[in-house]
Amino acid sequence: MTETVTANGFKLDTGGQRVVVDPICRIEGHLRIEVNLDDENVIRNAVSTGTMWRGLEVILKGRDPRDAWAFTERICGVCTGVHALASVRAVEDALGIQIPENANHIRNLMMLAQYTQDHLVHFYHLHALDWVDVVSALKADPKATSALQQSISKWPKSSPGYFRGTQARLKRFVESGQLGPFSNAYWGSPAYKLPPEANLMAVTHYLEALDFQREIVKIHTIFGGRNPHPNWVVGGMPCSFSLNETGAINMEWLNLVSSIIDRSIDFVDQVYIPDLKAIASFYTEWTNYGGGLSGKNLMSYGDFPRVANDWSQDNMYLPGGAIINGDLSKVHEVDVRDPEQIQEFVAHSWYKYPDESKGLHPWDGITEPDFELGPNSKGTKTDIKEIDEDAKYSFVKAPRWRGNAMEVGPLARYVVAYARGDKEIKEQVDGLLHDLGLPLTALFSTLGRTAARGLECSWSAHKMREVFDNMLANLKAGDTATSNMDLWEPNTWPADAKGVGHVEAPRGSLGHWVHIKDTKIESYQAVVPTTWNASPRDPAGNIGAYEAALLGTPMANAQQPLEILRTVHSFDPCLACATHVMAPDGEELAIVKVR
Amino acid sequence: MDVCLETDTLILGIGNILWADEGFGVRCVEALNARYAFGDNVRLMDGGTQGLFLLPWVSTVSRLLIFDAIDYGLAAGELRLIRDDDVPQYMGAKKVSMHQTGFQEVLASARLLNGKPEHLALIGVQPEQLDDYGGSLRDGIRQRIPEAIVLACSVLQEWGVPFHERVTPLASVELTGPGELAMTRYELGRSQ
Repeated sequence: MTETVTANGFKLDTGGQRVVVDPICRIEGHLRIEVNLDDENVIRNAVSTGTMWRGLEVILKGRDPRDAWAFTERICGVCTGVHALASVRAVEDALGIQIPENANHIRNLMMLAQYTQDHLVHFYHLHALDWVDVVSALKADPKATSALQQSISKWPKSSPGYFRGTQARLKRFVESGQLGPFSNAYWGSPAYKLPPEANLMAVTHYLEALDFQREIVKIHTIFGGRNPHPNWVVGGMPCSFSLNETGAINMEWLNLVSSIIDRSIDFVDQVYIPDLKAIASFYTEWTNYGGGLSGKNLMSYGDFPRVANDWSQDNMYLPGGAIINGDLSKVHEVDVRDPEQIQEFVAHSWYKYPDESKGLHPWDGITEPDFELGPNSKGTKTDIKEIDEDAKYSFVKAPRWRGNAMEVGPLARYVVAYARGDKEIKEQVDGLLHDLGLPLTALFSTLGRTAARGLECSWSAHKMREVFDNMLANLKAGDTATSNMDLWEPNTWPADAKGVGHVEAPRGSLGHWVHIKDTKIESYQAVVPTTWNASPRDPAGNIGAYEAALLGTPMANAQQPLEILRTVHSFDPCLACATHVMAPDGEELAIVKVR
Repeated sequence: MDVCLETDTLILGIGNILWADEGFGVRCVEALNARYAFGDNVRLMDGGTQGLFLLPWVSTVSRLLIFDAIDYGLAAGELRLIRDDDVPQYMGAKKVSMHQTGFQEVLASARLLNGKPEHLALIGVQPEQLDDYGGSLRDGIRQRIPEAIVLACSVLQEWGVPFHERVTPLASVELTGPGELAMTRYELGRSQ
């Protein structure tokens, strides 16, 4: 008897053929996925494993809490600012520090710029190649490509000569044998559906998007003083304003920020969104796959406070909450302090708890590694051939909200805000569904997840304009304060304090929980977006978001796991964050093993 | 504020300072910057493990000098200077951490985008230990920093990049990374 039903209602069958994909991320390792396929190559069981251990808790213990942001910024190769922000918020919360309005504006601007950059890079660099066939682009007719581009957008770079130039550049690159960013893919697979012209258009925009990053990061550089690791400070922001002078952020720099915001809006609305719609129209069958938890349980903490220091959802530009069992008529409040709400379980994770039938709230969290393979696994610890998911099987813990496995990320944020009746989000979502002729339920899918990220990229670019204008009005009214140093000195702190800082990172809900004792960090726990999404099973038997999303997907060819990549990449996985340390071996390309 | 200006030369330290010898590259840039002053056309950068997010800088320079810790299967502490076309394959050879897969792609993407950088050099060290979370460089690795800097100076001279030894100490705004993580503070702040 291999068929079972999980506590969260998914049917699993562990019979049939087992396929292993390891690692699955293009840029940041190390996520491993194993699936079981039935006779018709449909995924009937899925297992998500993080194959590295994290060291953050050990690294921060005993350190000065004011320094923690700089450490947490280094735990991940993709998300820096989000950890720094969660960290300063956690320490400010513990010590009761109120930040000035300008600091809140700047933090919002930096995060919105991060959304815009991250979503663009994710779509073009990490995810588009799951849908776009680079090699097919070489066969495109530049004239027809130009006509296609002009039919969907007013973006000026659209002449036949421009596309011919890109095509020639691409051809030289492919012929040189240095496929580089394009090496890890399955070109020519029948699962690619775009005509050559759409492929050429998308690859051209892939290059434009990579180059456009140069502009967006200037916002981080101006306000953070440095890149790629901007400066932050507990109590506000470390930069200063002086509108008419040099040596601080003056009007000249603010004008540059303003023009970058305008160009970001143009790029997203005239390049990314039209591409997204064009590509989506060829892949609408992907609204039937990859839904997983999204039609059931979704969560967002809410973020981007309009006014500083007010964490109520009414004050958030992007309001949060939890949806349970797909009931959009009720948005539950999420309390990150309540020990009964957010808990992490380790019954199936390579960590040890005194009682593994129970979960621990992050303030009471324990991170003690315990790497043992289950009795039914195959291979050795340094060369795992097959995971035993009935035992411990991942370095990712299993976080739950009131016992429920939750999906987090742009789709979760959009569904929660939609359910709350947020006007801007509702307009965007209804508009896109109308244009593609799809029902609301189409959102709960791989394509829905990818589409929500695109809409959010546009939302964030436009929201930068609003936040910037509010900040400028505040500055012109004479308030130039950027930090509050009243409680900077440790002799002003209580002997014992706990705090929590949460951020809606581009990938989803991020929380840092800190316990400060005698002015030093006593304990520190981070629950990152990928911990939620890549979560393994819990003691009650609920499967995680990736695991649930893969079920029911038919694969064209088990040797070319494009379908698995499409769904997992739609979450924008970042296992560096979720697990935090290096891999033991030197493998670089995805290994697909069929057993 | 010249932080947004584009430069001709990038001196980049990569790796994770939180994992012992993984911090070699970043610490080398820190040490180079402490001792020498460079002109406006040179940027010294603590690149951490940023991978693709380093592309805006890597894809716009003519000359790129990288410091990193790389597993070449040599004796711990052995230094290597790798030039031009050999750099990408060395960075992809055998990973000590995940950032190198990313960086190999960054170089390929930069070439595809702008045909840059035209000149590449990598100064790498064979690490001794990585899995000491929150630890600093092992002594045998730390001792190679001065030699790595001599190598860097010779490459920069060959490229015709001007620099001079500082007479006054470094101002805090000139640090390549946040003061919170400067080597001495990082080492002293660790709980015993």
